[in-house]
Amino acid sequence: MTDKPHITIDTAPSEGTQLYTIIVFSENLAGVLNLVTNVFTRRQLNIESLNVSPSGVDHIHRYTITTYTDEHTVQTLVKQLEKKIDVIQAQYFLSDEVFVMDQALYKIATARLIENREISKAIRFFDGHIVEVNATYAIVSKNGLPEETLALYRKLKSFGCILQYVSSGVVAVTKSQREELKEFLSLREEEGRQGQQLSEI
Amino acid sequence: MKDIQLTGAEILMRALIDEGVDTLFGYPGGAIMPVYDALYDYRDRLNHILVRHEQAATHAAEGYARVSGRTGVCIVTSGPGATNTVTGVADAMVDSTPMVVITGQVGVQMLGSDAFQEIDVVDIMQPISKWAYQIRSPKDVAWAIHRAFYIAGSGRPGPVVLDFAKNAQVEKAPYEAGTIDFIRSYVPIPPTEKESITQAAALINEAKRPLVLVGQGVELGHAQHELRHFIEKAGLPAGCTLLGLSALPTAHPLNVGMLGMHGSLGSNKKTQECDVLIAVGMRFDDRITGKLSTYARQAKVIHFDIDPSEINKNVRADVAVLGDCKETLAAVTALLRPNSHDEWRESFRPYDEEERAAVIEPQVHPTAGPLRMGEVVRRVSELTGDKAVLVTDVGQNQLMAARYFRFTEPRSIVTSGGMGTMGYGLPAAIGATFGAPDRTVCVFLGDGGLQMSIQEMGTIMEQGAPVKIILLNNNYLGNVRQWQALFFSHRYSFTPMANPDYEKVAEAYHIPALTVTDRDKLDDAIRTMIATPGPFLLQAAVLEEDNVMPMCCPGHDVDDMILTC
Repeated sequence: MTDKPHITIDTAPSEGTQLYTIIVFSENLAGVLNLVTNVFTRRQLNIESLNVSPSGVDHIHRYTITTYTDEHTVQTLVKQLEKKIDVIQAQYFLSDEVFVMDQALYKIATARLIENREISKAIRFFDGHIVEVNATYAIVSKNGLPEETLALYRKLKSFGCILQYVSSGVVAVTKSQREELKEFLSLREEEGRQGQQLSEI
Repeated sequence: MKDIQLTGAEILMRALIDEGVDTLFGYPGGAIMPVYDALYDYRDRLNHILVRHEQAATHAAEGYARVSGRTGVCIVTSGPGATNTVTGVADAMVDSTPMVVITGQVGVQMLGSDAFQEIDVVDIMQPISKWAYQIRSPKDVAWAIHRAFYIAGSGRPGPVVLDFAKNAQVEKAPYEAGTIDFIRSYVPIPPTEKESITQAAALINEAKRPLVLVGQGVELGHAQHELRHFIEKAGLPAGCTLLGLSALPTAHPLNVGMLGMHGSLGSNKKTQECDVLIAVGMRFDDRITGKLSTYARQAKVIHFDIDPSEINKNVRADVAVLGDCKETLAAVTALLRPNSHDEWRESFRPYDEEERAAVIEPQVHPTAGPLRMGEVVRRVSELTGDKAVLVTDVGQNQLMAARYFRFTEPRSIVTSGGMGTMGYGLPAAIGATFGAPDRTVCVFLGDGGLQMSIQEMGTIMEQGAPVKIILLNNNYLGNVRQWQALFFSHRYSFTPMANPDYEKVAEAYHIPALTVTDRDKLDDAIRTMIATPGPFLLQAAVLEEDNVMPMCCPGHDVDDMILTC
């Protein structure tokens, strides 16, 4: 018997699913990343990409997660995320509701780059930047939509020159005119102050 | 005061007292010894009940919490002590029971080194608790304890696990009294939209065939009175979930019985005929809904809940009324037109009669053959004036008790609903005697479930806990046997069980015991049990291959119930 499960998690979109971008804000406490990813695992959702970084607000971390799913599941998902005590806010977006960016690095063999002029042409065509060259390898950097960084990867792969490839996974900001996290926090802080006043009485 | 340095263990004691804690369930061990040493000086203020297994500490804390409405507290050691609490934490999570579990942990310098009795408790507990946190510094003890109690007891209650590193127990920090009642990332009670109140009232006012589903949320929200006004004003028939059974008196004229798999025939049949389904503090578990895709498709659904993640999870709500049901029920009631729905309520009656004749009478008032579970339950209920706290284990004993015990008081049922944890009954009953010391606590168990926690007879003995233990002994793992009979061609794979002499077991623990086999001796035996101060074991030898009926078989439509098999 080969060591391969019969049930694997689909990484490609299946019928009735779309790519959703889920933006989560949490307190910066130990273990919250586990909490967040657990919710995806329980709903049998495969995380396409995950990015965690400090947000624009002190002590609050921001998660950008993409996954293929349907609307009912994603609605349940964000509510189950928000149910976690240290998760401040979880929201889901379709691709046209967020501005996304992916950063990719491609390590390619210098010898192939020199012998095949199509490679540097492709890099220019895809607006990649060669940021390091030595006798053994060159490093190409590119940012853009995930499908663009992926397209350059496929192109370079077709030349057989790729030594390593890495993509950051998307980061995203919403296209909304409102900053809901800040609104939520100021509302909550006001409620907190009122609560304290009440308990002082 | 701020300058006085205390050990983390002593800060824990003070913080527990500041939270109003007076009862703890626990078991000592290496990594929690500094806490137990501090506890030695607080024995006059903190009553520690030494259980015989850490899992029992969690179930006792659950029983305590369920009857009292207060947060149950457990203290155990690291490693196996902590992992033994996993079942109880998960149980409290699915059944929304407020509990704080404090587990010992090795010191921070040894974390991650596979030290003796070191296990990654927070990672284990995170998915099954409301909050899990590791206390690594004495400075964090007070904050973590107060946060834990606020989280466990507010909103939709649940268990919190605090993993208390040993260095934080012995190192010193100042303690300043105070509690936490605000966490910016946590909204315990979601705001209620005014529109949802008016929409719900409008739907109910227009309804011709309304049906209310009463869940434990009514008990947790202290909304028993509000529920009664709500259903009485508009004449709304109401069924109860297993955990919601005592939220509405059994004999209330609008109570149409338990919902779901082994619920009343009428409530399940009418679920598929109602035009407006009104769920209050319940979560549409599969044991309630049967086949989800056909469940109440004809009905408009109104869902009252405090937990937004329950809305649309299993059943889509046409109107979601978020918030505290004590307030939202009252607000909707104010907008309701008085109604009685006589004809609709009358339409339940033929089903009630059918069930009574086919199932209830033979179970509760049999005239020949061995004792039946239902008659034992009903007589215990009647002879305690329908005022006792009912605790159950899991299985046929639980379902029979739920069906035939009668409730007149709120917070009177303690049972493992979502998890169905065998072994829950005995320790939960111990906890209930501490949570409701003025009430009679009756626990119904099967021979399987009793043996899963039989060591707790030691706790009962030591504490003199007045637990009235009613063992419904059928020499089988009865509920699994019933399923084997129904769905596995009577192949009784490992469900017959050899039993010890339970009277002798009880005697060894100095617990008075009696076995009853004859119908005409049942009442006397129950009276003896009630009249005997302290604990008592009443073993009833019941019909061995009895079945809990009616039954909605798994995967079937909720109104597709069998009455006999």
